[in-house]
Amino acid sequence: MSTMAVQAAPSAAVAHQNAQVRIGVKNLDFHYGDFHALKNINMNFGDREVTALIGPSGCGKSTLLRVFNRIYSLYPDQRATGEVMLDGRNVISNNVDINELRARIGMVFQKPTPFPMSIYDNCAFGMRLYEKLSKSELDDRVEQALRKAALWDEVKDKLKQSGMGLSGGQQQRMCIARTIAQQPDVILFDEPTSALDPISTGKIEELIEQLRADFTILIVTHNMQQAARISQYTAFMYLGELIEFGPTTKIFMDPEQKRTLDYVTGRFG
Amino acid sequence: MSDASIASASAPQVKWGRVRQSRRVQDKILRIFATASTMLAVFVLFWILGMLLWKGGQGISLDLFTKITPGPGSQGGGLLNAIVGSIILTTLGIAIATPIGVMAGTYLAEYGRGSKLADLVRFINDILLSAPSILIGLFVYVVLVMPFQGYSGWAGSVALAIIALPVIVRTTEDMLRLVPNGLREAAAALGAPSSIVIRQVCWRAAKAGIVTGILLALARIAGETAPLLFTALNNSFWFNWNLTGGISNLPVTIYAFASAPYDNWQQLAWAGALLITAAILVLSVSARALINRK
Repeated sequence: MSTMAVQAAPSAAVAHQNAQVRIGVKNLDFHYGDFHALKNINMNFGDREVTALIGPSGCGKSTLLRVFNRIYSLYPDQRATGEVMLDGRNVISNNVDINELRARIGMVFQKPTPFPMSIYDNCAFGMRLYEKLSKSELDDRVEQALRKAALWDEVKDKLKQSGMGLSGGQQQRMCIARTIAQQPDVILFDEPTSALDPISTGKIEELIEQLRADFTILIVTHNMQQAARISQYTAFMYLGELIEFGPTTKIFMDPEQKRTLDYVTGRFG
Repeated sequence: MSDASIASASAPQVKWGRVRQSRRVQDKILRIFATASTMLAVFVLFWILGMLLWKGGQGISLDLFTKITPGPGSQGGGLLNAIVGSIILTTLGIAIATPIGVMAGTYLAEYGRGSKLADLVRFINDILLSAPSILIGLFVYVVLVMPFQGYSGWAGSVALAIIALPVIVRTTEDMLRLVPNGLREAAAALGAPSSIVIRQVCWRAAKAGIVTGILLALARIAGETAPLLFTALNNSFWFNWNLTGGISNLPVTIYAFASAPYDNWQQLAWAGALLITAAILVLSVSARALINRK
């Protein structure tokens, strides 16, 4: 009976390190056309924590991530219902300006997505949209972002060159720089290292570790070692449901649910 | 270990893939026909080009570019008015077709995804793509020549623009569809409204392809004769700069001169044909170079 209760509302069991909750998800459902992809998700994300979303392919973890900045709304047959509260506002309701929301919630994708323009213009793209900055302020912010993304030393002499000419790992760090330059509150990472080699992966993991000081971070990953290394909280999802959510150490060492244990020990998925 | 390898090596060879004789014969026949047809096509093409180079090459001279078309029975003359007229007509035509075509292609690829209207527009565009050009000439004649009671360069440019338009719409749409959705998502994820995503990201990413489409459309209209017959007509004199009245141009001049009884006219027709072909070759090669450069 008590396990049923935990299953019904897994988020209730989670006490966040920082008392402040940044994102609250309540009764969230998601549909791709007729397909019910997320089923009644309830969970809270604390401020300045790294939360990893894990689960087998098709479990809905990327779908969940794509709800927070409503990027799904680019596609007419996708819809979300329920509540996703960010600073007291339900971001999936229609009275939130979608572009303003996306400027506050950055997203880094699985494949690097350099725009066909110079490295500098790539990094300045987000800032130019909503802020009136002088040339020197812009220069400063681009440099800061590239430094934070551990890319400055590699590109400082070729800021005017195309961003498409960088290596895959550099492109991905440029995309991260582009995102943090905009100074969002939350950053969503959708399998950011799955297309990269181990060295680039290491650099990006280090980077995420450092970004935690300033941003609330959600990361979808297929790599369980990665989830264990970089996150404080982990959510395990399966077939569109949130199975278990808790401190990463607990999820990996002593999960409540058998399915979680089976997944993190590699018995299925 | 060694026993096994010896055994497999000495195993009796299996006879496999025995092909019936009739299939070999069929293969030979097909091969001969395919090769012969290719040779025939290439032979005809080279025959045309060879004749063009031979006959047209003789007419290439400085006069061609400095003198206007000669009157009946007069000696010498050049094609200056026709060359300049053709450049004006095609430039105007492409200048009219490009913004409309790029915008319509953008609508089809970006805004009209999955909409019924876009499907309809795409279908009509494909019909227009293969519409006989004489029909377009007639249409413009009815709409822009008859009401104003006179041929004009403007009518000619509009006719050429209508020919170029579907080519540009089609290539713009195709090239924008090649832009990965991830790029649109990445720009939208930074808070860019769709107008900025399209202008600053999608257009930029598809630029080389779109420009190639415009060049190919230009090459297509450079040699069009039928749409000009009813619209710009022709003129054996230097034209007035407001482009009213007949405008001299290469295709119609070739048409008129090639069938005339004067030797110098026929010579000029060949030279003009060579000029157009050379211009189209240059456009096609630069379009190809542009698409390969990435």
